[in-house]
Amino acid sequence: MPSLAPADWLILLIYCFFMLTAGFSLKRVMTGSRQYLQAGRALPGWLCGIALVGVSLGSQEVLGMGAAGARYGLGSLGFIVLGTIPAALFAGLYLMPIYYGSNSGTGAPDHTARSIPEYLGLRFDQKTRALNACLFSLGAAFSAGISLYAMARVLTALHIFEQVSNRLSLPASGVLLLAIVLPAALVLTYILLGGLGAAMYNQALQFCVVVAGLLPIALLGLKNLGGWSGLKAAVPHDLLHEWSGATQAGAHSAGIGAVGLLFGVGLVLGGGTWCTDFRLLQTAMAAKNADSARRAQLIAAAVWVFVPFLLILPGIVAVGLPTPHTSIVVHNENGAIYHDITVVPAAVEAGQGMVPAKADPGTGNPIIDANGHPVLDYAMATPNTLLHFLPMGLLGLGVSALLACLMSGVAASMTAFSSVFACDIYQAFLAKDADDKRILTVARWSAVGCVLLAIGAACATWRFNSLLDAMVLVFAVVNAPLFATLLLGAFWRRATGHGAFAGLIAGAAIALLHHGLDLPKGAQPGIHGGWIAVVHHPASELVLDLGTATLAFLVSLMVTVAVSFATKARPKTELKGLVHSLMAREPLGTQWWKRPETLAVAILLAAIAVNLIFV
Amino acid sequence: MFYDARISIGMLFTLIGTILAAFGLATRDNALAYARSLGIDANLWWGLVLLAFGVAVLLLGRRGQMKLEKQSNHKGKTGSRQ
Repeated sequence: MPSLAPADWLILLIYCFFMLTAGFSLKRVMTGSRQYLQAGRALPGWLCGIALVGVSLGSQEVLGMGAAGARYGLGSLGFIVLGTIPAALFAGLYLMPIYYGSNSGTGAPDHTARSIPEYLGLRFDQKTRALNACLFSLGAAFSAGISLYAMARVLTALHIFEQVSNRLSLPASGVLLLAIVLPAALVLTYILLGGLGAAMYNQALQFCVVVAGLLPIALLGLKNLGGWSGLKAAVPHDLLHEWSGATQAGAHSAGIGAVGLLFGVGLVLGGGTWCTDFRLLQTAMAAKNADSARRAQLIAAAVWVFVPFLLILPGIVAVGLPTPHTSIVVHNENGAIYHDITVVPAAVEAGQGMVPAKADPGTGNPIIDANGHPVLDYAMATPNTLLHFLPMGLLGLGVSALLACLMSGVAASMTAFSSVFACDIYQAFLAKDADDKRILTVARWSAVGCVLLAIGAACATWRFNSLLDAMVLVFAVVNAPLFATLLLGAFWRRATGHGAFAGLIAGAAIALLHHGLDLPKGAQPGIHGGWIAVVHHPASELVLDLGTATLAFLVSLMVTVAVSFATKARPKTELKGLVHSLMAREPLGTQWWKRPETLAVAILLAAIAVNLIFV
Repeated sequence: MFYDARISIGMLFTLIGTILAAFGLATRDNALAYARSLGIDANLWWGLVLLAFGVAVLLLGRRGQMKLEKQSNHKGKTGSRQ
């Protein structure tokens, strides 16, 4: 097992030092809650855009896309593009001006929303705001914990922190704890110092480090397999034809039809993330004006045309490489016979290429599924490829890239948590007349609270591994119904507060019910579904997850519409600047090619072109 | 005032690029170390790429910073700053 050389440590430490610098140099700017929670609404659009890409590349996404590449090959490319670009463009063109609120009737800074729950409060009512604020903050802390655990597990499997913990003579479990607590403490430090501004400066930095660390692997991997043609020969052929299966219902490698794919991935997963998730939206909402906020979303979408290649290529390469086996090499040197024995754990030998099988924690033997095949641990695809190709020196940068994606996601959860807690729970309900200084203190303490909750969630996941898969359920309960509510709130004047509240509750309830009654084929009842009673068997876990989110979205949509018709609508004057049809119309730019709509169409066409090349 | 973020990005990559390139230059005869990266001195080449990127971003950032400072001076004089 390779370990980090001094050169690797040097690069890793320099990177950590730069992260803290951002916090220290922004410390003196943090004079009020607006500076701390919204970065003063003073940042340029390009920075917000790059930071937005950084947030959207959390550890779950980077590990998950490498896993998808290893599992479904280039087929996952279309899947990923469909789930990001249309939704990001839609949010940039139509939703961001409403969320940013520059056109609100009063124009005073106090009347613009600082967070998504606050927008819900302005558009609907306080109970909708409270409900969403509570659900969101719990979800954000939980997902930060999951990210921490997922990356700590990878770092431990790569034996990155082993030297440190050996020197400190920690027990074996101490390594994992160290890998959870150290990154969390680092993120907490720079956020306490510099707030959202420091988080976003670092997210931009983190995006650059992720590219710098992962691009060499993709290039070396491609070269190793003999270029594009070698890659095609190395993996099963059907994986490379991404849309071939998706166009015939049920024939896709993942077992989803084209209609379900378009609706579930494009609308619900994409929209639930890019149009709804405050962790992403907060970066664009920190832009200096509404125009920059829109541009931030468009820049993020444009970068995402190319990002998936970077992330799924290491996964595809991992499967194509030869599987390591225990080997004995005998060689003769000056008459003496040497036996070089390379021992490979059974779980690694049972894997495919660089993707190991999941090992039983007790025995270390590979876990076998019902059909007698080993269960592969796809999350290790990208990290193992990284370790396989990078020489010492560059390895430090590769490990920095893994840490960077972890930290950008965790930092986004923390800043979003403090905004929502300070503005939408503390100021809105607990202490209505709190002054700005008090809000700033509460925001700082809530970041500490979020880290403690996240570390707790990470330790719970460590104990009950299956919690790793609970993220999709959180998404279906929190994001999917909220997307329906926000869509109706932003585009339908008639939608009412009672309707939105009922819609959010109904969506969350139906998500839990659907998940509790369905069980994917070959799974055990529990976190994978079927914990109430099993009445239906969907084809795969992916189908169940997509189905749950889609159902939650549709039910929330229908209940909101129905209850809105039964309740009294708010007068038009109160909704000025909160609904698309009641926004102050900005004058159209004189040059058509400079308008955001043109840019959005160009990005969409580029994404389609890139996908068509690989059919 | 928020500084131009490109300065810190540029500085980081200039520094890392220099270190990697220097390390790559010093170890370029060590075939064993580069067996992993298919015999390519990945440190040297990628270090040079990062160095070029870092310097370019740093220059852009310096220009942006000067613009920012000019703007804030201007705002300070006219008193239109929030």
